[in-house]
Amino acid sequence: MSSRIPGHGGLVNSSKPLTFQFNGKELEGFQGDTLASALLANNQLLIGRSFKYHRPRGLVASGAEEPNGLVGLGEANSFEPNARATTTELFDGLVSCSQNHWPSLEFDIGYVNNYLSSLLPAGFYYKTFIHPRPAWKYIFEPIIRKSAGLGKPTKGKDPDKYEHFYAYVDVLIVGGGISGLYSAKVAAKSGARVLLIEQTPHLGGQASIDNPLIDQGSIAKWITELTKELEGMNNVTIKARTVGVGVYDHGYSLAYERLTDHELNLNGSRHRLWKIRAKQIITATGAIERPLSFANNDVPGVMLASAVRNYLTNYGVSIGDRTVVVTNNDDAYRTAISLKNAGLSVPLIIDSRPSGAGELAKTARDLGIRIENGKAISIVHGKDRVKGISLCDQVGSGTVLEEISCDAVAMSGGWSPVVHLWSHCGGKLNWDNELCAFRPDTQLPPTGVNGLACLSVVGSANGDLLIDDILRVTYEVTLRVIKELGLETNEAPLPSTKGIKENSISAVWKMPYGASTKLKSKTWLDFQNDVKVTDVELAAQEGFESVEHAKRYTTLGMATDQGKLSNINGLAILSESLHKDIPSVGTTTFRPPYSPISMGSIAGEARSELFQPIRKTPMHDWHDKHGAKWEPVGHWLRPYCYVQKGESVKQAVFREVTACRNKVGVLDASTLGKIMVRGKDSGKFLDMIYTNMMSNLKLGKCRYGLICSENGFLIDDGVVARIDENSYLCHTTSGGAENIHSMMEEWLQTEWWDFEVYVTNVTEQFSQITVVGENARRVLEKLGCSKICSDSLPFMGWVDEKVFGVDVRVYRISFSGELSFEISVPSNKGLFLWNEILSLEKEFGITPYGTEALHVMRAEKGFIMIGDETDGTVIPQDLGLDWALSKKKNDYIGKRAHQRLYMSNPERWKLVGLESTDGSVIPEGAYAIGLGENEVGQKVTIGRVTSTYYSPTLKKGIALGLVAYGPDRLGETIQFPTLTNSVVEAKIVSPIFYDPDGFKQNV
Amino acid sequence: MKRYSSFAIVREAFRNHSGWKKAWESPIPKKKYDVVIVGAGGHGLATAYYLGKNHGITNVAVLEKGWLGGGNTGRNTTIIRSNYLQDPSAAIYEKSRSLYENLSQDLNYNLMFSPRGVMMLAQTEHEVRGYKRTAMANALQGVPTEYISPEKVKELCPIINISGPRYPVLGALWQARGGTARHDAVAWGYARKCSDMGMHILQQKEVTSIISKNGRIGGVATTGGDILCDKLCIVVAGHSGALAEMGGFRLPLESVALQALVSEPIKPVMDVVVMANTVHGYMSQSDKGEMVIGGGADGYNNYTQRGSFHHIEETVRSLVETFPMISRLKMLRQWGGIVDMTGDRSPIISKTPLENCFINCGWGTGGFKAIPGSGWATAEMVASGEAGPLASPFSLNRFKEGRFIDESVAAGVAH
Repeated sequence: MSSRIPGHGGLVNSSKPLTFQFNGKELEGFQGDTLASALLANNQLLIGRSFKYHRPRGLVASGAEEPNGLVGLGEANSFEPNARATTTELFDGLVSCSQNHWPSLEFDIGYVNNYLSSLLPAGFYYKTFIHPRPAWKYIFEPIIRKSAGLGKPTKGKDPDKYEHFYAYVDVLIVGGGISGLYSAKVAAKSGARVLLIEQTPHLGGQASIDNPLIDQGSIAKWITELTKELEGMNNVTIKARTVGVGVYDHGYSLAYERLTDHELNLNGSRHRLWKIRAKQIITATGAIERPLSFANNDVPGVMLASAVRNYLTNYGVSIGDRTVVVTNNDDAYRTAISLKNAGLSVPLIIDSRPSGAGELAKTARDLGIRIENGKAISIVHGKDRVKGISLCDQVGSGTVLEEISCDAVAMSGGWSPVVHLWSHCGGKLNWDNELCAFRPDTQLPPTGVNGLACLSVVGSANGDLLIDDILRVTYEVTLRVIKELGLETNEAPLPSTKGIKENSISAVWKMPYGASTKLKSKTWLDFQNDVKVTDVELAAQEGFESVEHAKRYTTLGMATDQGKLSNINGLAILSESLHKDIPSVGTTTFRPPYSPISMGSIAGEARSELFQPIRKTPMHDWHDKHGAKWEPVGHWLRPYCYVQKGESVKQAVFREVTACRNKVGVLDASTLGKIMVRGKDSGKFLDMIYTNMMSNLKLGKCRYGLICSENGFLIDDGVVARIDENSYLCHTTSGGAENIHSMMEEWLQTEWWDFEVYVTNVTEQFSQITVVGENARRVLEKLGCSKICSDSLPFMGWVDEKVFGVDVRVYRISFSGELSFEISVPSNKGLFLWNEILSLEKEFGITPYGTEALHVMRAEKGFIMIGDETDGTVIPQDLGLDWALSKKKNDYIGKRAHQRLYMSNPERWKLVGLESTDGSVIPEGAYAIGLGENEVGQKVTIGRVTSTYYSPTLKKGIALGLVAYGPDRLGETIQFPTLTNSVVEAKIVSPIFYDPDGFKQNV
Repeated sequence: MKRYSSFAIVREAFRNHSGWKKAWESPIPKKKYDVVIVGAGGHGLATAYYLGKNHGITNVAVLEKGWLGGGNTGRNTTIIRSNYLQDPSAAIYEKSRSLYENLSQDLNYNLMFSPRGVMMLAQTEHEVRGYKRTAMANALQGVPTEYISPEKVKELCPIINISGPRYPVLGALWQARGGTARHDAVAWGYARKCSDMGMHILQQKEVTSIISKNGRIGGVATTGGDILCDKLCIVVAGHSGALAEMGGFRLPLESVALQALVSEPIKPVMDVVVMANTVHGYMSQSDKGEMVIGGGADGYNNYTQRGSFHHIEETVRSLVETFPMISRLKMLRQWGGIVDMTGDRSPIISKTPLENCFINCGWGTGGFKAIPGSGWATAEMVASGEAGPLASPFSLNRFKEGRFIDESVAAGVAH
């Protein structure tokens, strides 16, 4: 059984017991435990079920590479599925449960798949479930879907907060093992600003488990002192529980800090996403031990040798009482020695190498441990936990030499450097035959903005496994890195170490070499996704020869551990099957994140109210208080209408329109885009931006202008006012201000950089209030305006005024067809002016109106609306706006496009008015049909509705639309089919429904 | 070719699956083919398949510089829909969608086409109008779609937060017959069938130059030697510009990185595909349980197949807002693909200035759904030398004439 060994466990505090739950059972652990170590201490070896065959699975590893130990954590809306037990710190009151089984972890019906496994090889689903066709949708897929997925998520809203941090440092060091710590010291002594991040809560890494001698003392002491020294330096920041998850272009790095996951009820944000710009990055991310591939290597109780050692040394937990160690390298001997020293039984070390291990073998033998060289495990016995193993020769097909009873197996297939961060952004790898692993190709590193290396690798991440090499290379590399920054130091001399000499590893990708298909079909490569040696061999047999094909066909390496344990073993099997060497088969692409990060952390603070900025006009609160029904327009919120008590939205709109037409209406038009264009070439510039001429606009005058895209399509419109000799104020649509501003900047910066023009988006600097209706002038006069009679301020003019001591500018323009003034005022006076106007409410019958009334009135008047009459495919000519296309100018944006053949095609649909023959409102988006069908069987269309409203003024439905030959067909009737199989007939009319002579706006 | 079936699996189970043949052969290239297709992605392989199936042309080679299906075919978010606004788009995407319906049976390869329904959320008044219009257009185009209420949205996808606060769901355009398919399987299924018809799929053969004489195609030079042909069809998505340059002509294309990501697998929570264009994100759940998420394209041109993190951030932020429950899920993997975008966001299926050299490209962010229809239309063009009714609106000439097919009206973002 797995249990706690008293007196062991450097990280746990046995005087601080903690209670936690697993599948409803109350269990006890210690402060310092991980959930994994605490479960093991309670003999809870079985922790989950595999994805496909639902085989019982126990922990294999002790860190981020763990593929099996996934649990559900927490309760209610704080529940987290697929949490890794090995990286979950234990706290009092932790609640956890196992996943992917029914009805229980111990008895899982899904295990039936295990007996069917010969029918479910890699890719079986591509070959079956084909007939009959509906069966996939209605039978097979629902079954597969139900059985897929691991954890069951909560469907509620996450109660936690997340945040983003931004860091700018000289050197980012990823990994707080001895190489990372030492590298930090070297860098910090040179004066560089250093950020060191470590994924676990503890610094020291693997060395603190193996405890080699350093500077004639214990490594633990060295680590403690070094940490203290670093913490005392003000140019060093150390962040534990922070994992480096990704490196992007030019070395932009991402780290993920878990702030509150290790305690119940901690305040503050749960996760913090660090966005780091470092001049240089050093990764000291260590190495991950590989499993060995022998039959039943997935039975609970088979674990990585380093993990067995880690659980024992750091947490005082033994995996079993009798542990067989199986290895192809010297390092696993340390596990055997540790176990034996802790008083546990190690019946045998199986070493696949004929010549066995070096010094460590001698130590093991001296402890009385039996060692068998050149041997292998033929098969592991046991279902829910290891009961024993069959010993065989590594050469041969697995003929059993001896049965050995044991309850745990510690395996080591060698170490793979963690090269993920190196590879994310283009760093290349070399296959090292000696090491049997990919290691960074230092000739082809990821590069920074200057094209030079921006990332270096030290420690076992670089493939250095012995302490002497690790520190020496770390020293050299760090010195080189700080030299790049123009720094140097001799204050962090290389410590003296004496590592134990080890014999070299020998590649063992399969145990035994000649394993039968029967054995191989029980030999797991990817534990979580249930990929076996035979699956990869089948992929190769069927021609999935590229490593990417094999991966996708078998799903090897696609589980939540992203192949940290399985990729190299799988790749080796693939290359063996293809009779190629490993480097020529290559490796799959490493993609961020290194380990999964919460979606919440990616979203950060930007959720709910903070999701996107809300732009409010100064009158926002007033609108809100007066029943505004809000409509998002870009990031703005605008009142759609003001709903009064007992009134529907529709009634509100009718009321507002009627008020404007008969009395006075006021609109908060502050969102209207306002771009100030200044400089001596302003006129020349605007002549290029607008289709019509702006340079000849007279001072004090306004002109309606159109802006087209390079392809000639109408993208924005608005009124331009000439402010002085060299200044124009360009009004854009509310949603278009930012785009038009950037478009102007882009042209100025890339094409017309020699123009002396400055453009400023002043949208938010001014509030604008539209006063509409036949009494509008009287309202303004009452406010104190004196220069607004039709002589001094004719239509399309502007004038400066003073209202209650406030400077305002009055534009006489109209989008409603009524007499209309727009009063522009500095934003901080917007509400003041609004209130002043509304204080005259009783006297003039003033009604505030929203965007919908605005739309209805402009449609009654036949004015186009960008986004309704235009959709990116409409040119001014389609809308009868040819008059706004200057013929005097040599060029403007869109002019050349307008000369394209199709732009003058007479078949283009043109703007008309439409009136249903029965007075009803034509459905939104309706198309008019022509005769028959086109050659691909679609009904021929001859036009469409672009805006359609009920006109309260005319008491009938009116619409604007684009119709083929429309302006030539006034009076004709066309058909609009609806979605309910009826047809609306409509007469083609002039688009101007209201006051066609413009009498009302010109008074 | 041995047929795939449940019986075949049982049979093979008795002999440890030793009888499965290669899904496609790796033959020695011939000196000359009737048609050479450059690019063994979905579109290239589908073109080859329909050349054989519809036109009896099987002396065909499909060249691939990497591994087949390794480009955007294997990198997309697998959405299949045809609720496009413009007639030519609706025609080819609906053709494609309807071919997908029977493709597993056609190819004897389970592509897992799953018509689970696609909804496009309307979250502004402007989108409401846009989608109502699309529903109207679709009705006349013979594409069944429906404009549905927020309540119906919630019923079809309970994990959506329809009440805002920022952008409440006002409705949605719903295509019940849209859905997803297993992207790799599409490439593999076509490849297997093409190989079975005797076509040569030549992987690891990169085209280094195009051989032509007097303005007429002659063949291609590859890293594996020269290969001659009567007709050449370039189907290489993001690298179309490079191939066109070899052919001596230019294309109105830009290549940018489009990114996607998946969450860790969870038990089913969402049966439909949801696209939220106002907030820029879309999501579905794969049969494996992963939430498959797609977002925007980078604002600058590049070929790195990576992309920048801020787009991931923007997408995830939007989806956390739309589907609050995903906040506690974890991102497992992110990746990028290089998409080739035209000015009007519609594809190019066209003859080129080089005689007997054809091109299929410009699918931008929405190519996967088009694979069968695109292959069908391209094969028709290559076989007859002239574009048929499905392909002709997508000719290169439209850029000269200004006869654009702009879909940005209906879907402002990646689709």
